[in-house]
Amino acid sequence: MRRPRLAEWQLALPLALAYAAFFLVPLVLLIAVSAFDDEKITIVGFAQWRKFLGDPFTWKVIVDTVKLGCFTVVATALVAYPIALVYLGAGPRWQRAILFVVILPLLTSVVVRTFAWIVILGREGVINQAVLWLGLAPAPLRLLQTEHGLVIALTQIEMPLLLLPLLSVMSRLDPSLRDASAGLGATRWRTLFRVTLPLSLPGLVAGCMLVFASSTTAFISQFVIGGNRLVYLPLLIWQQSLVVYNWPLAAAAALTLLVSVGLGVAAISALGRRSRAYAV
Amino acid sequence: MSLRRVLGGAAPALFANDAKTWRCRASDLAYRVVVGSLAGLGLLILVAPVVIVLLTSFTPSRSIKFPPSGLSLQWYQLLFDPVRSSQIHRAALNSLMVAVVAMACATALATLASVALARRSGTWPRAVDTLFMSPLILPMLAFGLAALMYFTFLGFRPSLALIMIGHIVVVAPFVLRTTSASMSQLDPALLETSASLGAGWLYTFRRVTLPVIAPGIAAGAFLAFIASLDNVPVSLFLAGPRSDMLPIRMWGMMESALDVRVAAVSGVLIAIVLVLMLVMERLVGLTRRLRD
Repeated sequence: MRRPRLAEWQLALPLALAYAAFFLVPLVLLIAVSAFDDEKITIVGFAQWRKFLGDPFTWKVIVDTVKLGCFTVVATALVAYPIALVYLGAGPRWQRAILFVVILPLLTSVVVRTFAWIVILGREGVINQAVLWLGLAPAPLRLLQTEHGLVIALTQIEMPLLLLPLLSVMSRLDPSLRDASAGLGATRWRTLFRVTLPLSLPGLVAGCMLVFASSTTAFISQFVIGGNRLVYLPLLIWQQSLVVYNWPLAAAAALTLLVSVGLGVAAISALGRRSRAYAV
Repeated sequence: MSLRRVLGGAAPALFANDAKTWRCRASDLAYRVVVGSLAGLGLLILVAPVVIVLLTSFTPSRSIKFPPSGLSLQWYQLLFDPVRSSQIHRAALNSLMVAVVAMACATALATLASVALARRSGTWPRAVDTLFMSPLILPMLAFGLAALMYFTFLGFRPSLALIMIGHIVVVAPFVLRTTSASMSQLDPALLETSASLGAGWLYTFRRVTLPVIAPGIAAGAFLAFIASLDNVPVSLFLAGPRSDMLPIRMWGMMESALDVRVAAVSGVLIAIVLVLMLVMERLVGLTRRLRD
């Protein structure tokens, strides 16, 4: 019994080694590079960090990036949760249809989805055609290169990430709990807020974490829809590393993004745990 | 007197009851309207872009306008023209090659790892599992930059092989997740029976474990393939002029003057995904696996 167990344990080694060599070491290197002062990476020092974090522009970019993540999480949760509720009440055929509709965008390339939103939000786009045709505005609205437009686009781009964990938890809920709640005279709202929501909270929190992490780092969507007027951390990383070739600064920006995302995800997780304690 | 008592007792209750059911019904209606319209909006937001891209790709005009003023295949013709779209073809071929290799390697490595980690609780296996899953939540852009610095310091020039390595790391979690889910459904009694009947480890793996977890592996491999094909943040840093990748090229086509061929490429990609998705649904029940 001892020997096969040992052999089984060793099966994780190839992937572990690959991760050590090509994932952990590069990340450690990233930290090391950020601790250099000059672009040629010869002088060790923290002047780069001091300059980066002492710049008010940097802080504006950090706040904007976190704000973008928060807005996207709220907007996504607001439409995704009702979809999950409809899924819960639907028959098996509709459930399959909804699941299909959720997964199809997930599997279509992010670049394709971003392109779709240019067609929708552009000057001659779907929304502007409709607005002009209905006479709601005298001239085409500017939707591209605005934060609103970007949040709307990211809502679609990230929604499957929230829906999958949510649907997974929702479909495992015991339907008799909802029936019992209704049978005891609770309105649908009360059942939603006192039974369904608390029980599905783990799925919602997991989904929100994924959406936050993904929307704050969605470089192509941010850049193409937001333009270079809206600056977020990914754009800064890209500019510093591949345009200006200031690797220490790029590394500092990348680590800042890493920490911001980590803190944001931890905050969402903590919020989920607290609201769970209140709900029960 | 008795009548008054009856009325006095029952009437308020009756009215109260009536008011209550009315309020109940109103709240029920409000619930249906609010949840229904938000869900409808959500589903519209999910589906409309895909449909709009497909329709736009058939536009006869030189700019992107919706609805298109007619139907034409001119952008598809231009896209499949071997001379005028040769750059796109090369990028697509590179992406396909990287995706196949990354999928194969990630599937092999992650399947072995999930067999090793299955039903194992303890600090070390948990830590290793967290490490393996971390690319899903960690900003991939930071990893892409880190990989670029790492390979540059080691003296490598950008090449397809480096992109493959980068992709293996970021797509392995997809295989690990679906395969681990299948492993947890494997009855350990089967393994013990097989061992007690004298079967070796490899034989048990081939004849007992593999048949049970094969659908999970297939679903994970499919997701890994798609994730590699779509990957931007790692390719962005590791792709060079001679190793152009399709998503990066498409980004370039959207950047300067909007190239309508992007719509045609999108149309082709959507069609491929649709077909693959239906096939995988038939073979391994993909949607159910993704949900669970």
